[in-house]
Amino acid sequence: MEEKINKIDKELLGEISNLENIPKGAYNIRKNGKGIERKVTENINIVTKTDKPGIDIYVKENTKFEFIHIPVIITESGLKDLVYNDFHIGKNANVIIVAGCGIHNDHHKDSEHDGIHRFYLEEGAKVRYIEKHYGEGSGDGKRILNPVTEVYLKAGSSLEMESSQIKGVDSTIRETKGELEENTNFVVSEKIMTHGKQFAKTIFDVQLNGENASTHVTSRSVATEDSEQFFVSKIYGNNKCFAHSECDAIIKDNAKVTATPEITANNVEANLIHEAAIGKIAGEQLIKLMTLGLSEKEAEEEIIKGFLR
Amino acid sequence: MLLQLKDICFERENRKILDNINLDIDLGKFVAITGPNGSGKSTLAKIIMGIEKPDSGKVILNGKDITKLPIDERAKLGISFAFQQPVKFKGITIYDLLKMAAQKQITKKEACETLSKVGLCAKEYVDREVNGSLSGGELKRIEIATVALRGAKLTIFDEPEAGIDLWSFNNLIQVFENMSEIIKGTTIIISHQERILNIADEVILMKAGKIQEIGTSKQILEKTIGNTTCCKINNALK
Repeated sequence: MEEKINKIDKELLGEISNLENIPKGAYNIRKNGKGIERKVTENINIVTKTDKPGIDIYVKENTKFEFIHIPVIITESGLKDLVYNDFHIGKNANVIIVAGCGIHNDHHKDSEHDGIHRFYLEEGAKVRYIEKHYGEGSGDGKRILNPVTEVYLKAGSSLEMESSQIKGVDSTIRETKGELEENTNFVVSEKIMTHGKQFAKTIFDVQLNGENASTHVTSRSVATEDSEQFFVSKIYGNNKCFAHSECDAIIKDNAKVTATPEITANNVEANLIHEAAIGKIAGEQLIKLMTLGLSEKEAEEEIIKGFLR
Repeated sequence: MLLQLKDICFERENRKILDNINLDIDLGKFVAITGPNGSGKSTLAKIIMGIEKPDSGKVILNGKDITKLPIDERAKLGISFAFQQPVKFKGITIYDLLKMAAQKQITKKEACETLSKVGLCAKEYVDREVNGSLSGGELKRIEIATVALRGAKLTIFDEPEAGIDLWSFNNLIQVFENMSEIIKGTTIIISHQERILNIADEVILMKAGKIQEIGTSKQILEKTIGNTTCCKINNALK
């Protein structure tokens, strides 16, 4: 990569998107509030917005198995970065989008990135969206990430979203919204781990409007030390549809976790399920791994590693 | 002598669960412990592994007093334990568990070989999570595979037949009948099942927290049931 990407940048890119070299396919790399690298392909165009910060990503119809990387890195302490990224996915296209934000803050001012990502999928389109958030640095300035993801699915389209925030983010409010037409599928898998005095709130709001629309929202989280997490899931079945929402949290030390499930059936054919479980690591799981020769600490690490996989 | 239990006592809620247990287990033996429910068998097994601590008495392994050692250190000294109710996890796969059991990097091929030995079609299982989607019989086999990979000096099975249906047990028993191919070293197995008692070198009968009798399967069954005729009829029917 070119000079404008230094060693810290490369490490951040590695953490959030395994990108240490120039990625394949289309990409747009944003650093400290400005786009610094971009590549478009025959099928994928990336255009800078003129009315507000951000980009529009256009994927031609029938594009098959192409990658789009849009990582964001922040190394400037005190920067508050707000960006709007809109994805327009053409009919029957099938693409993988890798996003994510890494903040390196060595100073005392707070650094913040608020990414508003909107996905407009045309009929039959398929997207796999991978988003990873990460923070590091020795400063006492907070690393704050507040992503908003809005998903609009037209008939027969589907989006699978995998998000993870495992380390270093002091405060986050994540909002994910979905509006689903007929025969669509929206799958969300979220993993969060908090420690210290970190705070994480995640809010899902999914409207199942079309016949045979379905969603599966899974959240697995680990809250340790004095951290606090809130999980809010609101799912509305407005037609013949299916929804399954699961919140599963491991709690340790003085951490607090609140899960607020809300499922609303506005149609007699709506089939909605919610499961929530919060608890400490089961003693029997620790004992089993200790009988295999692992210390209590090693056993706990293995259980958490598996849980957040 | 591999294992010695000296004057082990364990009391809870004013009830003597183990009442002065003294027992020696020789190297290489296949020993079954049997007896009515509540006789203290499982507690004894847990005391050997360190899952429970005795109120008094000593646990000696290879001449070393391990009474105060935690579970993981006993595991490192060569004790392995198969749970009556195998533990389920979220996200941990069978391959992960087998790697932890082996305490070294094993290939998927090696993991699959172990699964095959306990009667699981390995390819279908190795990447599955050790969770509630597996049946009781499948979980038992995975439990046996984990202890097999430990290669321990002493392996303890706590009622392997518990919680599985008759058909699964009939298949599982074959694994135990070929146990010497899977488990090397000394085996202690807690069981009510005659077919398991029959393959043991020695059967220990416990009652009300005490060892009542030590002998062969035939001797113990004759004493407890009166004669072995019913067992023979049972066997003939099978």
